[in-house]
Amino acid sequence: MATATVVAAGTKARTEQGSGIRPSGWIGFLFIAPNLLGVIAFTLIPLVSVVLLAFTDWNLVSGLGGITFNGIDNFVAIARDPGFWHAIGLTLVYVAVSVPLTVVLGLGLGIALNRPLPGRAVLRAIFFLPYIVNVVAIGMTWLMLMNPKAGLVNQVLDAFGIQPGWFASSHWALPALIVMAVWGGVGYCSLIYLSALQDAPRQLYEAADIDGASAWAKFRVITWPSLLPTTVFLLVTLIIGASQGFGLIALITAGGPGDATTTISYYMYQTGFQFYRFGYASAIGLVTFVGVLVLTLVTWRAQRGRALND
Amino acid sequence: MTDKYSKWLWGIPLWILAIAFLAPFAWMLSTSLKADVDAYKIPMQWIPDPFQWDNFSTVLTGATSVLPAFGRSVFVALLRVAGELLTATMAGYAFARMSFRGRDKLFLLYLATAIIPAQLLLVPRFIYFQKIGLYDTLWALILPGMFTVLGTFLMRQFFVSQPAEFAEAARMDGANEWQVFTRIYLPLATPVMSALGILAFVWSWNDYETPLVLISNPDRYTLPLSLTNFVDEQGQIAPGLTMAASVISIVPVLIVFVVLQRRFIAAMTHTGIK
Repeated sequence: MATATVVAAGTKARTEQGSGIRPSGWIGFLFIAPNLLGVIAFTLIPLVSVVLLAFTDWNLVSGLGGITFNGIDNFVAIARDPGFWHAIGLTLVYVAVSVPLTVVLGLGLGIALNRPLPGRAVLRAIFFLPYIVNVVAIGMTWLMLMNPKAGLVNQVLDAFGIQPGWFASSHWALPALIVMAVWGGVGYCSLIYLSALQDAPRQLYEAADIDGASAWAKFRVITWPSLLPTTVFLLVTLIIGASQGFGLIALITAGGPGDATTTISYYMYQTGFQFYRFGYASAIGLVTFVGVLVLTLVTWRAQRGRALND
Repeated sequence: MTDKYSKWLWGIPLWILAIAFLAPFAWMLSTSLKADVDAYKIPMQWIPDPFQWDNFSTVLTGATSVLPAFGRSVFVALLRVAGELLTATMAGYAFARMSFRGRDKLFLLYLATAIIPAQLLLVPRFIYFQKIGLYDTLWALILPGMFTVLGTFLMRQFFVSQPAEFAEAARMDGANEWQVFTRIYLPLATPVMSALGILAFVWSWNDYETPLVLISNPDRYTLPLSLTNFVDEQGQIAPGLTMAASVISIVPVLIVFVVLQRRFIAAMTHTGIK
Protein backbone atom coordinates (compact mmCIF):
# COMPACT_ATOMS: atom_id res chain seq x y z
CA MET A 1 0.00 0.00 0.00
CA ALA A 2 2.62 2.46 1.04
CA THR A 3 4.67 2.13 -2.11
CA ALA A 4 2.31 3.63 -4.63
CA THR A 5 1.20 6.41 -2.32
CA VAL A 6 4.75 7.58 -2.52
CA VAL A 7 4.61 7.76 -6.27
CA ALA A 8 1.46 9.84 -6.07
CA ALA A 9 3.16 12.20 -3.66
CA GLY A 10 6.32 12.36 -5.72
CA THR A 11 4.70 13.24 -9.02
CA LYS A 12 3.06 16.20 -7.43
CA ALA A 13 6.25 17.26 -5.72
CA ARG A 14 8.15 17.49 -8.95
CA THR A 15 5.87 20.22 -10.22
CA GLU A 16 6.45 22.44 -7.22
CA GLN A 17 10.20 22.80 -7.05
CA GLY A 18 10.78 25.37 -4.38
CA SER A 19 12.27 28.77 -5.04
CA GLY A 20 14.63 30.84 -2.94
CA ILE A 21 16.86 27.88 -2.13
CA ARG A 22 20.50 28.70 -1.97
CA PRO A 23 23.32 26.30 -2.80
CA SER A 24 24.49 24.47 0.28
CA GLY A 25 27.17 22.23 -1.19
CA TRP A 26 28.24 19.33 0.98
CA ILE A 27 26.04 20.37 3.91
CA GLY A 28 23.02 19.15 1.97
CA PHE A 29 24.66 15.76 1.61
CA LEU A 30 25.27 15.63 5.33
CA PHE A 31 21.56 16.09 5.96
CA ILE A 32 20.67 13.32 3.57
CA ALA A 33 23.50 10.98 4.48
CA PRO A 34 21.93 9.12 7.44
CA ASN A 35 18.82 8.24 5.47
CA LEU A 36 20.70 7.60 2.25
CA LEU A 37 23.20 5.22 3.83
CA GLY A 38 20.35 3.22 5.36
CA VAL A 39 18.43 3.13 2.08
CA ILE A 40 21.58 1.95 0.27
CA ALA A 41 22.29 -0.73 2.87
CA PHE A 42 18.78 -2.07 3.33
CA THR A 43 17.06 -1.37 0.02
CA LEU A 44 19.47 -0.73 -2.84
CA ILE A 45 21.99 -3.49 -2.08
CA PRO A 46 19.24 -6.10 -1.62
CA LEU A 47 17.62 -4.87 -4.82
CA VAL A 48 20.83 -5.24 -6.83
CA SER A 49 21.33 -8.66 -5.26
CA VAL A 50 17.88 -9.85 -6.24
CA VAL A 51 18.56 -8.89 -9.85
CA LEU A 52 21.88 -10.74 -9.78
CA LEU A 53 20.47 -13.77 -7.96
CA ALA A 54 17.77 -14.07 -10.60
CA PHE A 55 20.49 -15.19 -13.03
CA THR A 56 21.95 -17.80 -10.73
CA ASP A 57 21.23 -21.33 -9.67
CA TRP A 58 21.58 -21.42 -5.95
CA ASN A 59 20.08 -23.17 -2.99
CA LEU A 60 20.90 -22.20 0.54
CA VAL A 61 22.39 -25.59 1.40
CA SER A 62 25.35 -25.23 -0.95
CA GLY A 63 26.53 -22.06 0.75
CA LEU A 64 27.71 -18.85 -0.91
CA GLY A 65 30.38 -20.79 -2.81
CA GLY A 66 27.64 -22.83 -4.47
CA ILE A 67 26.30 -19.91 -6.50
CA THR A 68 26.57 -20.56 -10.21
CA PHE A 69 25.49 -18.17 -12.92
CA ASN A 70 23.12 -19.83 -15.28
CA GLY A 71 22.14 -16.98 -17.58
CA ILE A 72 18.47 -16.87 -18.44
CA ASP A 73 17.79 -20.47 -17.41
CA ASN A 74 15.55 -19.36 -14.55
CA PHE A 75 13.41 -17.31 -16.87
CA VAL A 76 13.10 -20.14 -19.35
CA ALA A 77 12.12 -22.41 -16.47
CA ILE A 78 9.50 -19.91 -15.29
CA ALA A 79 7.92 -19.85 -18.72
CA ARG A 80 7.53 -23.65 -18.54
CA ASP A 81 6.57 -23.87 -14.88
CA PRO A 82 2.88 -24.81 -14.50
CA GLY A 83 3.05 -23.87 -10.81
CA PHE A 84 4.03 -20.34 -11.75
CA TRP A 85 1.22 -19.93 -14.27
CA HIS A 86 -1.30 -21.42 -11.86
CA ALA A 87 -0.18 -18.87 -9.25
CA ILE A 88 -0.37 -16.01 -11.75
CA GLY A 89 -3.89 -17.08 -12.73
CA LEU A 90 -5.04 -17.20 -9.11
CA THR A 91 -3.47 -13.82 -8.42
CA LEU A 92 -5.25 -12.29 -11.41
CA VAL A 93 -8.59 -13.71 -10.25
CA TYR A 94 -7.96 -12.48 -6.72
CA VAL A 95 -7.02 -8.99 -7.93
CA ALA A 96 -9.77 -8.79 -10.56
CA VAL A 97 -12.50 -9.65 -8.05
CA SER A 98 -11.32 -8.07 -4.82
CA VAL A 99 -10.07 -4.73 -6.17
CA PRO A 100 -13.17 -3.56 -8.12
CA LEU A 101 -15.43 -4.83 -5.34
CA THR A 102 -13.47 -2.88 -2.73
CA VAL A 103 -13.45 0.29 -4.83
CA VAL A 104 -17.16 0.20 -5.71
CA LEU A 105 -18.26 -0.55 -2.15
CA GLY A 106 -15.79 2.03 -0.85
CA LEU A 107 -17.26 4.63 -3.21
CA GLY A 108 -20.80 3.90 -2.07
CA LEU A 109 -19.79 3.99 1.53
CA GLY A 110 -17.77 7.18 1.05
CA ILE A 111 -20.75 8.95 -0.53
CA ALA A 112 -23.06 7.72 2.22
CA LEU A 113 -20.66 8.77 4.96
CA ASN A 114 -20.41 12.23 3.44
CA ARG A 115 -24.08 12.91 4.24
CA PRO A 116 -25.38 14.11 7.56
CA LEU A 117 -25.86 10.95 9.62
CA PRO A 118 -26.50 10.12 13.23
CA GLY A 119 -23.12 9.29 14.78
CA ARG A 120 -21.18 9.89 11.58
CA ALA A 121 -17.72 10.11 13.16
CA VAL A 122 -18.24 6.81 14.95
CA LEU A 123 -19.49 5.18 11.75
CA ARG A 124 -16.39 6.31 9.86
CA ALA A 125 -14.17 4.89 12.58
CA ILE A 126 -15.98 1.54 12.59
CA PHE A 127 -15.55 0.96 8.86
CA PHE A 128 -11.91 1.95 9.05
CA LEU A 129 -11.12 -0.30 12.00
CA PRO A 130 -10.32 -3.53 10.09
CA TYR A 131 -7.63 -1.66 8.20
CA ILE A 132 -5.49 -0.94 11.26
CA VAL A 133 -5.64 -4.26 13.06
CA ASN A 134 -2.77 -6.72 12.61
CA VAL A 135 -3.19 -9.50 10.11
CA VAL A 136 -2.66 -12.31 12.61
CA ALA A 137 -5.45 -11.21 14.95
CA ILE A 138 -7.75 -10.74 11.97
CA GLY A 139 -6.70 -13.98 10.33
CA MET A 140 -7.21 -16.07 13.46
CA THR A 141 -10.62 -14.52 14.03
CA TRP A 142 -11.85 -15.16 10.49
CA LEU A 143 -10.40 -18.65 10.55
CA MET A 144 -12.69 -19.46 13.44
CA LEU A 145 -15.64 -17.43 12.11
CA MET A 146 -15.43 -19.39 8.87
CA ASN A 147 -15.11 -22.78 10.51
CA PRO A 148 -17.26 -24.93 8.21
CA LYS A 149 -18.92 -26.86 11.04
CA ALA A 150 -19.61 -24.33 13.75
CA GLY A 151 -18.29 -20.94 12.63
CA LEU A 152 -20.57 -17.96 13.05
CA VAL A 153 -20.61 -17.19 9.31
CA ASN A 154 -22.04 -20.59 8.45
CA GLN A 155 -24.48 -20.40 11.34
CA VAL A 156 -25.89 -17.28 9.67
CA LEU A 157 -25.71 -18.69 6.13
CA ASP A 158 -27.45 -21.84 7.30
CA ALA A 159 -30.65 -19.80 7.43
CA PHE A 160 -30.34 -19.47 3.62
CA GLY A 161 -29.44 -23.11 3.17
CA ILE A 162 -25.84 -22.44 2.09
CA GLN A 163 -22.94 -24.22 3.80
CA PRO A 164 -19.67 -23.26 2.14
CA GLY A 165 -16.58 -25.11 3.37
CA TRP A 166 -14.46 -21.93 3.20
CA PHE A 167 -10.81 -22.65 3.95
CA ALA A 168 -11.35 -26.41 3.95
CA SER A 169 -12.65 -26.39 0.38
CA SER A 170 -10.58 -25.78 -2.72
CA HIS A 171 -13.54 -23.93 -4.28
CA TRP A 172 -14.31 -21.69 -1.34
CA ALA A 173 -10.87 -20.86 0.03
CA LEU A 174 -10.13 -18.11 -2.50
CA PRO A 175 -13.60 -16.51 -2.17
CA ALA A 176 -13.11 -16.57 1.60
CA LEU A 177 -9.85 -14.66 1.24
CA ILE A 178 -11.59 -12.19 -1.06
CA VAL A 179 -14.37 -11.59 1.48
CA MET A 180 -11.73 -10.82 4.11
CA ALA A 181 -9.78 -8.53 1.78
CA VAL A 182 -12.89 -6.55 0.89
CA TRP A 183 -13.93 -6.28 4.53
CA GLY A 184 -10.45 -5.01 5.35
CA GLY A 185 -10.10 -2.52 2.50
CA VAL A 186 -13.52 -0.93 2.09
CA GLY A 187 -13.09 1.45 5.03
CA TYR A 188 -9.77 2.70 3.70
CA CYS A 189 -11.30 3.36 0.26
CA SER A 190 -14.27 5.16 1.75
CA LEU A 191 -11.95 7.37 3.75
CA ILE A 192 -9.92 8.34 0.70
CA TYR A 193 -13.12 8.99 -1.26
CA LEU A 194 -14.47 11.02 1.63
CA SER A 195 -11.52 13.38 1.53
CA ALA A 196 -11.88 13.71 -2.25
CA LEU A 197 -15.62 14.39 -1.97
CA GLN A 198 -14.97 17.20 0.44
CA ASP A 199 -12.89 18.91 -2.24
CA ALA A 200 -15.62 18.50 -4.87
CA PRO A 201 -16.65 21.76 -6.61
CA ARG A 202 -19.49 23.18 -4.53
CA GLN A 203 -20.52 25.86 -7.04
CA LEU A 204 -21.22 23.23 -9.69
CA TYR A 205 -23.66 21.47 -7.36
CA GLU A 206 -25.39 24.75 -6.64
CA ALA A 207 -25.67 25.51 -10.36
CA ALA A 208 -27.02 22.00 -10.97
CA ASP A 209 -29.60 22.48 -8.23
CA ILE A 210 -30.80 25.67 -9.91
CA ASP A 211 -31.13 23.76 -13.18
CA GLY A 212 -33.16 21.14 -11.31
CA ALA A 213 -30.76 18.29 -12.07
CA SER A 214 -31.56 14.85 -10.63
CA ALA A 215 -29.31 13.24 -8.05
CA TRP A 216 -28.10 10.70 -10.63
CA ALA A 217 -27.33 13.46 -13.16
CA LYS A 218 -25.33 15.33 -10.53
CA PHE A 219 -23.38 12.20 -9.70
CA ARG A 220 -22.66 11.39 -13.34
CA VAL A 221 -21.72 14.89 -14.47
CA ILE A 222 -20.07 16.40 -11.39
CA THR A 223 -19.21 13.87 -8.70
CA TRP A 224 -17.84 11.01 -10.79
CA PRO A 225 -15.49 13.11 -12.98
CA SER A 226 -14.12 14.85 -9.91
CA LEU A 227 -13.50 11.45 -8.30
CA LEU A 228 -11.77 9.93 -11.32
CA PRO A 229 -8.19 10.67 -10.23
CA THR A 230 -8.97 9.27 -6.77
CA THR A 231 -10.44 6.14 -8.33
CA VAL A 232 -7.36 5.58 -10.47
CA PHE A 233 -5.14 6.13 -7.47
CA LEU A 234 -7.09 3.58 -5.45
CA LEU A 235 -7.09 1.08 -8.30
CA VAL A 236 -3.34 1.37 -8.68
CA THR A 237 -2.55 1.06 -4.97
CA LEU A 238 -5.01 -1.77 -4.46
CA ILE A 239 -3.75 -3.68 -7.49
CA ILE A 240 -0.21 -3.41 -6.15
CA GLY A 241 -1.34 -4.35 -2.64
CA ALA A 242 -3.54 -7.25 -3.72
CA SER A 243 -0.95 -8.72 -6.06
CA GLN A 244 1.39 -8.87 -3.07
CA GLY A 245 -1.28 -10.33 -0.77
CA PHE A 246 0.60 -12.67 1.47
CA GLY A 247 -0.01 -12.39 5.21
CA LEU A 248 -3.48 -13.92 5.32
CA ILE A 249 -2.51 -16.71 2.95
CA ALA A 250 0.64 -17.59 4.87
CA LEU A 251 -1.32 -17.57 8.08
CA ILE A 252 -4.58 -19.23 7.18
CA THR A 253 -4.31 -21.47 4.14
CA ALA A 254 -0.56 -21.85 3.52
CA GLY A 255 -1.50 -21.81 -0.15
CA GLY A 256 -4.00 -24.65 0.20
CA PRO A 257 -6.02 -26.72 0.24
CA GLY A 258 -3.77 -28.25 -2.41
CA ASP A 259 -2.63 -25.21 -4.34
CA ALA A 260 -6.03 -23.49 -4.34
CA THR A 261 -4.71 -20.27 -2.79
CA THR A 262 -1.06 -20.35 -3.88
CA THR A 263 -0.93 -16.84 -5.30
CA ILE A 264 2.25 -15.55 -6.83
CA SER A 265 3.71 -13.98 -3.72
CA TYR A 266 3.09 -17.12 -1.73
CA TYR A 267 4.59 -19.20 -4.53
CA MET A 268 7.71 -17.05 -4.36
CA TYR A 269 7.83 -17.44 -0.59
CA GLN A 270 7.52 -21.23 -0.88
CA THR A 271 10.22 -21.41 -3.53
CA GLY A 272 12.60 -19.30 -1.48
CA PHE A 273 11.90 -20.06 2.14
CA GLN A 274 10.56 -23.61 2.03
CA PHE A 275 12.54 -25.09 -0.86
CA TYR A 276 15.51 -22.70 -0.49
CA ARG A 277 15.73 -22.17 -4.25
CA PHE A 278 16.83 -18.58 -3.85
CA GLY A 279 17.93 -18.01 -7.44
CA TYR A 280 14.63 -19.21 -8.83
CA ALA A 281 12.63 -17.32 -6.19
CA SER A 282 14.47 -14.11 -7.10
CA ALA A 283 13.65 -14.62 -10.76
CA ILE A 284 9.96 -15.13 -9.91
CA GLY A 285 10.04 -11.96 -7.81
CA LEU A 286 11.63 -9.99 -10.60
CA VAL A 287 9.21 -11.20 -13.28
CA THR A 288 6.23 -10.49 -11.03
CA PHE A 289 7.50 -7.07 -10.15
CA VAL A 290 7.92 -6.13 -13.81
CA GLY A 291 4.43 -7.46 -14.54
CA VAL A 292 2.82 -5.42 -11.77
CA LEU A 293 4.80 -2.38 -12.85
CA VAL A 294 3.48 -2.67 -16.41
CA LEU A 295 -0.07 -3.16 -15.12
CA THR A 296 0.32 -0.07 -12.94
CA LEU A 297 1.70 2.09 -15.74
CA VAL A 298 -1.12 1.02 -18.06
CA THR A 299 -3.73 1.97 -15.46
CA TRP A 300 -1.99 5.27 -14.90
CA ARG A 301 -1.72 6.08 -18.61
CA ALA A 302 -5.35 5.14 -19.23
CA GLN A 303 -6.39 7.80 -16.75
CA ARG A 304 -4.10 10.42 -18.30
CA GLY A 305 -5.59 9.70 -21.69
CA ARG A 306 -9.08 10.15 -20.28
CA ALA A 307 -8.20 13.43 -18.63
CA LEU A 308 -6.79 14.85 -21.86
CA ASN A 309 -9.87 13.94 -23.86
CA ASP A 310 -12.23 15.63 -21.44
CA MET B 1 -39.19 14.99 3.46
CA THR B 2 -37.29 16.98 6.04
CA ASP B 3 -33.58 16.60 6.58
CA LYS B 4 -34.19 15.12 9.98
CA TYR B 5 -35.97 12.09 8.54
CA SER B 6 -33.56 11.62 5.65
CA LYS B 7 -30.71 11.60 8.15
CA TRP B 8 -32.22 8.53 9.81
CA LEU B 9 -33.34 6.98 6.53
CA TRP B 10 -29.66 6.74 5.55
CA GLY B 11 -28.39 6.30 9.05
CA ILE B 12 -30.25 3.11 9.94
CA PRO B 13 -29.00 0.93 7.04
CA LEU B 14 -25.49 2.25 7.58
CA TRP B 15 -25.60 1.42 11.25
CA ILE B 16 -26.82 -2.10 10.45
CA LEU B 17 -23.91 -2.49 8.03
CA ALA B 18 -21.54 -1.09 10.64
CA ILE B 19 -22.71 -3.63 13.19
CA ALA B 20 -22.09 -6.41 10.67
CA PHE B 21 -18.60 -4.95 10.13
CA LEU B 22 -17.96 -4.95 13.83
CA ALA B 23 -19.21 -8.51 14.34
CA PRO B 24 -15.77 -10.14 13.94
CA PHE B 25 -14.38 -7.83 16.64
CA ALA B 26 -17.34 -8.47 18.89
CA TRP B 27 -16.80 -12.19 18.35
CA MET B 28 -13.12 -11.81 19.17
CA LEU B 29 -13.90 -10.01 22.42
CA SER B 30 -16.66 -12.41 23.38
CA THR B 31 -14.54 -15.50 22.65
CA SER B 32 -11.59 -14.06 24.57
CA LEU B 33 -13.73 -14.37 27.68
CA LYS B 34 -15.11 -17.86 27.02
CA ALA B 35 -14.13 -21.37 27.92
CA ASP B 36 -12.93 -23.24 24.80
CA VAL B 37 -15.92 -25.60 24.85
CA ASP B 38 -18.27 -22.62 24.46
CA ALA B 39 -16.42 -20.99 21.54
CA TYR B 40 -18.22 -22.95 18.83
CA LYS B 41 -21.58 -23.37 20.51
CA ILE B 42 -24.57 -23.44 18.18
CA PRO B 43 -26.28 -21.04 18.28
CA MET B 44 -23.54 -18.58 19.03
CA GLN B 45 -23.49 -17.28 22.58
CA TRP B 46 -22.56 -13.58 22.58
CA ILE B 47 -22.38 -13.10 26.32
CA PRO B 48 -19.90 -15.57 27.83
CA ASP B 49 -21.36 -17.74 30.57
CA PRO B 50 -19.40 -17.95 32.77
CA PHE B 51 -16.87 -15.20 32.07
CA GLN B 52 -13.48 -16.85 31.69
CA TRP B 53 -11.22 -14.06 32.94
CA ASP B 54 -8.47 -16.66 33.31
CA ASN B 55 -7.82 -16.48 29.56
CA PHE B 56 -6.28 -13.05 30.00
CA SER B 57 -4.18 -13.97 33.01
CA THR B 58 -2.93 -17.13 31.23
CA VAL B 59 -2.01 -15.16 28.13
CA LEU B 60 -0.25 -12.50 30.17
CA THR B 61 1.49 -14.55 32.85
CA GLY B 62 1.34 -18.21 31.77
CA ALA B 63 4.12 -20.37 30.33
CA THR B 64 3.51 -19.04 26.80
CA SER B 65 2.94 -15.46 27.93
CA VAL B 66 2.77 -12.87 25.16
CA LEU B 67 4.03 -10.18 27.51
CA PRO B 68 7.73 -10.49 26.47
CA ALA B 69 6.68 -10.33 22.81
CA PHE B 70 4.58 -7.30 23.64
CA GLY B 71 7.67 -5.67 25.14
CA ARG B 72 9.74 -6.52 22.07
CA SER B 73 7.09 -5.02 19.81
CA VAL B 74 7.14 -1.82 21.85
CA PHE B 75 10.95 -1.73 21.69
CA VAL B 76 11.02 -2.30 17.94
CA ALA B 77 8.26 0.24 17.28
CA LEU B 78 9.80 2.98 19.44
CA LEU B 79 13.25 2.67 17.87
CA ARG B 80 11.80 2.51 14.38
CA VAL B 81 9.63 5.56 14.91
CA ALA B 82 12.43 7.58 16.50
CA GLY B 83 14.93 6.60 13.81
CA GLU B 84 12.54 7.18 10.96
CA LEU B 85 11.54 10.61 12.27
CA LEU B 86 15.18 11.63 12.66
CA THR B 87 16.48 10.48 9.27
CA ALA B 88 13.32 11.37 7.34
CA THR B 89 13.04 14.94 8.62
CA MET B 90 16.69 15.64 7.86
CA ALA B 91 16.63 14.10 4.39
CA GLY B 92 13.19 15.48 3.56
CA TYR B 93 14.33 18.95 4.59
CA ALA B 94 17.49 18.76 2.49
CA PHE B 95 15.60 17.50 -0.57
CA ALA B 96 13.13 20.36 -0.22
CA ARG B 97 15.07 23.33 1.10
CA MET B 98 18.72 22.81 0.24
CA SER B 99 20.48 22.76 -3.06
CA PHE B 100 23.42 20.58 -3.96
CA ARG B 101 24.82 18.69 -6.91
CA GLY B 102 22.81 15.68 -8.03
CA ARG B 103 19.94 16.39 -5.67
CA ASP B 104 17.19 15.90 -8.22
CA LYS B 105 18.74 12.75 -9.68
CA LEU B 106 19.05 11.32 -6.20
CA PHE B 107 15.43 12.18 -5.55
CA LEU B 108 14.41 10.35 -8.70
CA LEU B 109 16.28 7.30 -7.46
CA TYR B 110 14.31 7.56 -4.22
CA LEU B 111 11.09 7.70 -6.24
CA ALA B 112 12.09 4.59 -8.13
CA THR B 113 12.90 2.54 -5.03
CA ALA B 114 9.55 3.47 -3.55
CA ILE B 115 7.67 1.17 -5.89
CA ILE B 116 9.73 -1.91 -5.03
CA PRO B 117 7.55 -4.37 -3.17
CA ALA B 118 8.93 -5.32 0.22
CA GLN B 119 8.59 -9.01 -0.60
CA LEU B 120 11.03 -8.80 -3.46
CA LEU B 121 13.66 -7.66 -0.98
CA LEU B 122 12.98 -10.41 1.54
CA VAL B 123 15.07 -13.05 -0.22
CA PRO B 124 18.28 -10.96 -0.44
CA ARG B 125 17.69 -9.49 3.02
CA PHE B 126 17.40 -12.99 4.44
CA ILE B 127 20.75 -14.04 2.96
CA TYR B 128 22.52 -10.78 3.59
CA PHE B 129 21.33 -10.46 7.18
CA GLN B 130 22.64 -13.95 7.86
CA LYS B 131 26.04 -12.87 6.55
CA ILE B 132 26.26 -9.69 8.59
CA GLY B 133 24.85 -11.25 11.74
CA LEU B 134 21.53 -9.44 11.84
CA TYR B 135 19.38 -12.49 11.03
CA ASP B 136 17.24 -13.58 13.95
CA THR B 137 17.83 -10.37 15.89
CA LEU B 138 15.40 -7.55 16.53
CA TRP B 139 17.78 -5.27 14.63
CA ALA B 140 16.73 -7.02 11.44
CA LEU B 141 13.30 -5.48 12.03
CA ILE B 142 14.45 -2.15 13.42
CA LEU B 143 17.24 -1.02 11.10
CA PRO B 144 15.46 -1.19 7.73
CA GLY B 145 12.48 0.54 9.31
CA MET B 146 14.59 3.49 10.43
CA PHE B 147 15.59 4.55 6.93
CA THR B 148 12.49 4.79 4.84
CA VAL B 149 11.87 6.42 1.52
CA LEU B 150 8.20 6.98 2.31
CA GLY B 151 8.95 9.01 5.43
CA THR B 152 11.44 11.12 3.49
CA PHE B 153 8.80 11.83 0.86
CA LEU B 154 6.21 12.85 3.40
CA MET B 155 8.60 15.23 5.11
CA ARG B 156 9.82 16.64 1.81
CA GLN B 157 6.24 17.33 0.79
CA PHE B 158 5.79 19.35 3.93
CA PHE B 159 9.04 21.31 3.80
CA VAL B 160 8.51 22.23 0.13
CA SER B 161 5.36 24.08 1.17
CA GLN B 162 7.20 26.20 3.74
CA PRO B 163 8.35 29.72 2.84
CA ALA B 164 12.07 30.25 2.20
CA GLU B 165 12.02 33.73 3.76
CA PHE B 166 12.28 32.30 7.28
CA ALA B 167 15.61 30.71 6.43
CA GLU B 168 16.95 33.87 4.84
CA ALA B 169 16.02 35.95 7.86
CA ALA B 170 17.65 33.45 10.20
CA ARG B 171 20.84 33.34 8.14
CA MET B 172 21.05 37.15 8.26
CA ASP B 173 20.97 36.81 12.03
CA GLY B 174 23.96 34.48 11.79
CA ALA B 175 22.31 31.07 12.14
CA ASN B 176 24.08 28.14 10.51
CA GLU B 177 22.28 25.55 8.37
CA TRP B 178 21.73 23.15 11.28
CA GLN B 179 20.25 25.93 13.40
CA VAL B 180 18.00 27.05 10.57
CA PHE B 181 16.71 23.50 10.34
CA THR B 182 16.29 22.73 14.05
CA ARG B 183 15.12 26.13 15.28
CA ILE B 184 13.00 27.39 12.40
CA TYR B 185 11.61 24.57 10.29
CA LEU B 186 11.54 21.59 12.61
CA PRO B 187 9.12 23.19 15.12
CA LEU B 188 6.76 23.98 12.26
CA ALA B 189 6.82 20.33 11.21
CA THR B 190 5.48 18.90 14.48
CA PRO B 191 2.00 18.03 13.15
CA VAL B 192 3.41 16.22 10.09
CA MET B 193 5.97 14.46 12.25
CA SER B 194 3.31 13.21 14.59
CA ALA B 195 1.26 11.96 11.64
CA LEU B 196 4.30 10.12 10.26
CA GLY B 197 5.07 8.82 13.74
CA ILE B 198 1.58 7.38 14.13
CA LEU B 199 1.74 5.66 10.74
CA ALA B 200 5.22 4.32 11.42
CA PHE B 201 4.08 2.97 14.78
CA VAL B 202 1.07 1.19 13.30
CA TRP B 203 3.11 -0.31 10.45
CA SER B 204 5.76 -1.53 12.83
CA TRP B 205 3.24 -2.87 15.34
CA ASN B 206 1.31 -4.83 12.73
CA ASP B 207 4.24 -6.13 10.66
CA TYR B 208 4.00 -9.90 10.27
CA GLU B 209 5.83 -10.69 7.07
CA THR B 210 9.28 -9.36 7.99
CA PRO B 211 9.55 -11.15 11.36
CA LEU B 212 8.09 -14.30 9.79
CA VAL B 213 11.09 -14.46 7.47
CA LEU B 214 13.82 -12.84 9.54
CA ILE B 215 13.12 -14.12 13.05
CA SER B 216 13.25 -17.83 13.83
CA ASN B 217 13.86 -18.06 17.58
CA PRO B 218 10.53 -17.94 19.47
CA ASP B 219 12.36 -16.05 22.21
CA ARG B 220 12.62 -13.15 19.79
CA TYR B 221 9.09 -13.22 18.38
CA THR B 222 7.29 -9.93 18.15
CA LEU B 223 3.63 -9.75 19.10
CA PRO B 224 2.01 -10.74 15.77
CA LEU B 225 4.14 -13.90 15.60
CA SER B 226 3.44 -14.75 19.22
CA LEU B 227 -0.30 -14.79 18.58
CA THR B 228 0.27 -18.19 17.01
CA ASN B 229 1.60 -19.55 20.34
CA PHE B 230 -1.80 -20.97 21.10
CA VAL B 231 -2.05 -23.16 18.02
CA ASP B 232 -0.90 -26.73 18.57
CA GLU B 233 1.08 -28.95 16.19
CA GLN B 234 -2.09 -30.27 14.56
CA GLY B 235 -3.14 -26.72 13.76
CA GLN B 236 -5.84 -26.74 16.44
CA ILE B 237 -6.41 -23.25 17.76
CA ALA B 238 -7.17 -22.66 21.43
CA PRO B 239 -9.95 -20.13 20.82
CA GLY B 240 -10.12 -18.40 24.19
CA LEU B 241 -6.37 -17.85 24.58
CA THR B 242 -5.79 -16.87 20.95
CA MET B 243 -8.57 -14.31 21.05
CA ALA B 244 -7.42 -12.92 24.40
CA ALA B 245 -3.93 -12.45 22.95
CA SER B 246 -5.45 -10.86 19.83
CA VAL B 247 -7.44 -8.40 21.93
CA ILE B 248 -4.23 -7.47 23.76
CA SER B 249 -2.43 -6.97 20.44
CA ILE B 250 -5.12 -4.60 19.21
CA VAL B 251 -5.33 -2.38 22.26
CA PRO B 252 -2.28 -0.14 21.60
CA VAL B 253 -3.28 0.56 18.00
CA LEU B 254 -6.84 1.16 19.12
CA ILE B 255 -5.69 3.68 21.72
CA VAL B 256 -3.54 5.49 19.16
CA PHE B 257 -6.49 5.49 16.79
CA VAL B 258 -9.13 6.70 19.24
CA VAL B 259 -6.99 9.34 20.94
CA LEU B 260 -5.40 10.68 17.76
CA GLN B 261 -8.18 9.86 15.34
CA ARG B 262 -8.20 13.18 13.48
CA ARG B 263 -4.46 13.26 13.01
CA PHE B 264 -4.38 9.60 12.04
CA ILE B 265 -7.05 9.99 9.39
CA ALA B 266 -5.37 13.12 8.08
CA ALA B 267 -2.12 11.19 7.78
CA MET B 268 -3.82 8.33 5.94
CA THR B 269 -5.56 10.59 3.46
CA HIS B 270 -2.48 12.74 2.92
CA THR B 271 -0.22 9.82 2.14
CA GLY B 272 -2.99 8.76 -0.19
CA ILE B 273 -4.16 11.58 -2.32
CA LYS B 274 -2.79 15.00 -1.75
